[in-house]
Amino acid sequence: MTLLLQPGPCRRSGEKMDSEPLVRITGVAKSYRRGSQLVPVLEDITFAIPSGEFLALMGPSGSGKSTLLNLIAGIDTVDSGSILIGGEEITGLSEQEMAAWRSMNVGFIFQFYNLIPVLTAFENVELPLLLTGLSRRERRSHVDTVLELVGLSDRMDHYPGQLSGGQQQRVAIARAIVTDPAIIVADEPTGDLDRVSAGDILLLLDRLVREFGKTVIMVTHDPRAAEKAHRVIHLEKGLLVTDPGFHDSHH
Amino acid sequence: MFFLKLIIRNTMRHPLRSLLTVAGVAIAIIAFGLLRTLVELWYLGAESSSATRLITRSSISLVFSLPISYRDKIRQVPDVTAVANANWFGGIYKTEKNFFPNFAVSDNYLDLYPEFMLSGDELKGFRMDRKGAVAGRKLALKHGWKLGDQITLKGTIFPGEWDFVLRGIYRGSERTTDETQFFFHWDYLNETLKRTIPRRADQTGIFLVGVKRPEQAAEVAQSVDDQFRNSLAETLTETEKAFQLSFVAMTEAIVIAIQIVSYVVIVIIMVVAANTMAMTARERISEYATLKTLGFGSIHIGGVIFGESLAVSLAGGLIGIAATYPAAHWIESELSQFFPVFRVTGETVLLDLLAALVVGCVAGVFPTWRGVTIKVADGLRRIG
Ligand SMILES: Nc1ncnc2c1ncn2[C@@H]1O[C@H](COP(=O)(O)OP(=O)(O)OP(=O)(O)O)[C@@H](O)[C@H]1O
Ligand SMILES: [Mg+2]
Repeated sequence: MTLLLQPGPCRRSGEKMDSEPLVRITGVAKSYRRGSQLVPVLEDITFAIPSGEFLALMGPSGSGKSTLLNLIAGIDTVDSGSILIGGEEITGLSEQEMAAWRSMNVGFIFQFYNLIPVLTAFENVELPLLLTGLSRRERRSHVDTVLELVGLSDRMDHYPGQLSGGQQQRVAIARAIVTDPAIIVADEPTGDLDRVSAGDILLLLDRLVREFGKTVIMVTHDPRAAEKAHRVIHLEKGLLVTDPGFHDSHH
Repeated sequence: MFFLKLIIRNTMRHPLRSLLTVAGVAIAIIAFGLLRTLVELWYLGAESSSATRLITRSSISLVFSLPISYRDKIRQVPDVTAVANANWFGGIYKTEKNFFPNFAVSDNYLDLYPEFMLSGDELKGFRMDRKGAVAGRKLALKHGWKLGDQITLKGTIFPGEWDFVLRGIYRGSERTTDETQFFFHWDYLNETLKRTIPRRADQTGIFLVGVKRPEQAAEVAQSVDDQFRNSLAETLTETEKAFQLSFVAMTEAIVIAIQIVSYVVIVIIMVVAANTMAMTARERISEYATLKTLGFGSIHIGGVIFGESLAVSLAGGLIGIAATYPAAHWIESELSQFFPVFRVTGETVLLDLLAALVVGCVAGVFPTWRGVTIKVADGLRRIG
């Protein structure tokens, strides 16, 4: 059995080449239809994310940050361009294949936590494991491990409504990492939190990158959050405005 | 297992809303069940009638009587095994609210009605007493009558106070047998009439004609009517079932109206439940999108939404079915003058269940479809 939370690249990557980035986005465009009008949201986006990077996506509201994040995470589809993740092209996948791919390779963290209110912290974290073939006992040990990691072992029987915002977000982080995915996407994970809780969350994300080799892609408006990242990419009106290449200098 | 837990907890999220929906479905099912029972009841008289009994009445109308002398002539028609006669008496016991059917009948009338079960002693006692009477078990129970009690009926068709002595209490052999009827001797009526209103004596409302086999009924009916063709009082003979159905036919429009209302009730609750389920699913759309994000498929998400809709309406349905029995019992005991037998049949329970199931499916189908087809990214945008 694979050890939980081992550092490493995307599981599906086969033979990993050091030079090959984990995520390679080439010429991606996306527009939405508003009435009869086609509104371009992303235009010709090209950049790469190496494995183990903590990347921040910044930009004004409506610039397409969430849209880009959704495309990388496989919950939205491109109009054109290619997204290679761990060497696998995900733009051609069917909805079902996409769902299966997501459940194995991506962990999600949202601004408003998106926990299921009728499930306890434990059950919320257990959710993604229900799609795996793990036994009840194995699931329990995985959930215990990640709840311990986020420091909420004593709150596992609490419902989301009984937890603070920061605690809920930590449960969400536990849920995001319980299946040990290579990529964690976080859309304004600290957007709804006070400074102290936000600091805790950022610390946790940083640990995931440094200790467990996760690749974290985080959308944020908060410069303090962006400081934690190895690299910041700026989006404006659907275009990249900073150097799209990646530095080897990080970390 | 996990999803069952999720469904149950989801239904408990807005306890008042769920309670009201469950109560609404339950009440609709009770109404539906009782209305169906009422409709069944309408046809019950015809259904429980015997195929070997014919009824001969005046061809003009039931309110015209026939001469009693016809009895012997009918008896001579081939294949006729017995002839009895009965007269609707229309007597009132104390007040009009106590309505029950009461008939003046010939001595052999009860022989033709084996479903009215009377002990040999009571039958003998009835026959020996000129003023003797027999009442159904439920009727006797309702008024607290015991054997030997004197019962006075106020005549409406036949004026005066009429005294009877209760000599027998019959039980129905079938669940559906009417146990609220009251019989006394036609001879007693006739003798009194001879003294008081002689022109109304020696007449009867109907003749009961017994045949051995149901196949003989048509031919016998024809022969009986042929005998009295072109006489002063022509007859119309038909099976007891046809006779009962002719009563139902008079009120068929009401039966159809009741049937329509019973379905309308279900349609109304369907719309209400569908609205509630749609509202519920709309509130949770971001949760369903989250589940989808985590990799859950249509079966899981559809199952959770549809399951909740089914759970709520089935709970309502089961409560409704359970409550239909005491409601029917109450009607039977309190309104026995209108509904001598008011029993919920297995068929009605099945229809109840089916109705609850249909309500659950219809209410669940739209929200389920929405939950299953929503795009993850769109669903996630509806947060906050
Ligand atoms: N499903 C959709 N249908 C139509 N338009 C959409 C849809 N999703 C996004 N958009 C539009 O695309 C643009 C970019 O949206 P996006 O959510 O990616 O912005 P953002 O950078 O995340 O903004 P914010 O910082 O406010 O979250 C916006 O103008 C938005 O209105
Ligand atoms: Mg956004």
